[in-house]
Amino acid sequence: MSLWQAFIAIIQRDLILAFRRRAEMLNPILFFIIVVTLFPLGVGAQPQLLQTIAPGIIWVSALLAAMLSLDGLFRSDFDDGSLEQILLSPHPTSILILGKIIAHWLVTGLPLILVAPLLAEFLGMHSDALIVLLKTLLLGTPVLSLVGAIGVALTVGLRRGGMILSLLVLPLYVPVLIFASNAVEMASGGLPVDAQINILLAMLCLALVLAPLPASAALKMSAS
Amino acid sequence: MFLIPKPVGKFFHRMASPPHFYDFTSRLIPWLSWIFLFLVVAGLYGGLVLAPADYQQGDSFRIMYIHVPSAWMSMFVYVMMAVAGGIGLVWRLKLAEIVAISSASVGAGFTFIALVTGSLWGKPMWGTWWVWDARLTSELILLFLYLGVIGLYGAIDDKRTASRAVAILALVGVVNIPIIHYSVVWWNTLHQGPIISDELRPTVHISMLWPLLVMAGAFKIYYVIAMLQRARAELVVRERNSQWVKALLESK
Repeated sequence: MSLWQAFIAIIQRDLILAFRRRAEMLNPILFFIIVVTLFPLGVGAQPQLLQTIAPGIIWVSALLAAMLSLDGLFRSDFDDGSLEQILLSPHPTSILILGKIIAHWLVTGLPLILVAPLLAEFLGMHSDALIVLLKTLLLGTPVLSLVGAIGVALTVGLRRGGMILSLLVLPLYVPVLIFASNAVEMASGGLPVDAQINILLAMLCLALVLAPLPASAALKMSAS
Repeated sequence: MFLIPKPVGKFFHRMASPPHFYDFTSRLIPWLSWIFLFLVVAGLYGGLVLAPADYQQGDSFRIMYIHVPSAWMSMFVYVMMAVAGGIGLVWRLKLAEIVAISSASVGAGFTFIALVTGSLWGKPMWGTWWVWDARLTSELILLFLYLGVIGLYGAIDDKRTASRAVAILALVGVVNIPIIHYSVVWWNTLHQGPIISDELRPTVHISMLWPLLVMAGAFKIYYVIAMLQRARAELVVRERNSQWVKALLESK
């Protein structure tokens, strides 16, 4: 089996496994929607205020949803031993791990982008800002999955890894949050946002190349 | 390897042996402590007594003699930790792993001191304890990174595995620190610009500068002392079943 075939096979397998458990797939989306609806209840429902803080609310909620969904990335494979089979395969582990991350993003990250227009409407966001929001989510959420994979690979062997995972991963998410919410804020003021979008794109390229390497090293450590 | 002179290579080779490291550091620490004491007394006397009061900030600028060296150290120690962790990861040197994890808590301490002293200085100068300024925010995130390293090390029972995990995390953090730093710099900034590295022409007068540099040296030596103390304790705990630790305990 060539590397490309193995890569595709991993993605297919993970997608099939995810579709067999559709209820679990919905959880990150529901979490995302619920957290966003908590904000108008918490800070008051003045449309002016909500419009100002909408980019931050949506991005922070997306960040938390992405982080909470991370645990499923390697957990079941670690428990049933298929992770060891992946590590033993003759292909480079980092590429196979990249396949797993892509499948995970398709299941947990992409749906966030699909429900984002609804939430933007809830918070009264402008339509120009909405397009930029979707662009930043499209570029930013894969970075969250890639960087988060390192954290979850480090903690998958632990019994209570949940809290420690957030401590490891959230500081690394800061740049994405800053540039993405800044871009949306600028766009709602009618300013150009090419710079932020390009930086997010650069982060995505960097994470695509670099993140699978420490993630696979960490998985080897966790599985040993 | 041809770049490294032979005696230096030999020295590091010998330091990789735990008993030799323990023995060598027990003789090194008293020397370092005297140097530290001398530097810190000289630096504090120069900074708190000899240096003139600032024309704008009065006497409250003197907190810089603690604040600036600890902020420098917070980043320096992180790099040291990542380098030691990387060496431990590649060559599986037990002592490099121990140096990496022993640096983490010292570095977290420096970061905390930098944040607290900055906040104390910010109250009279900026009129607020905390602002979401670039420097402050990236220093705070650096503290979180240190706490993540310490937390991860504590969460894994097998300490050799834990050291490898911590090394990976520290190396990822090194890639991220410039990104975090520049992202928050472009996001928002209020902190004053650098006063020392301004194209080799410092904007601070020499009478104020020399105590700062002396304090920076003192903090570096303090880091080495504190790190070595922790490393020695960690080493004895890890090697508690080995012959040399038993002999050491019996001789006490």
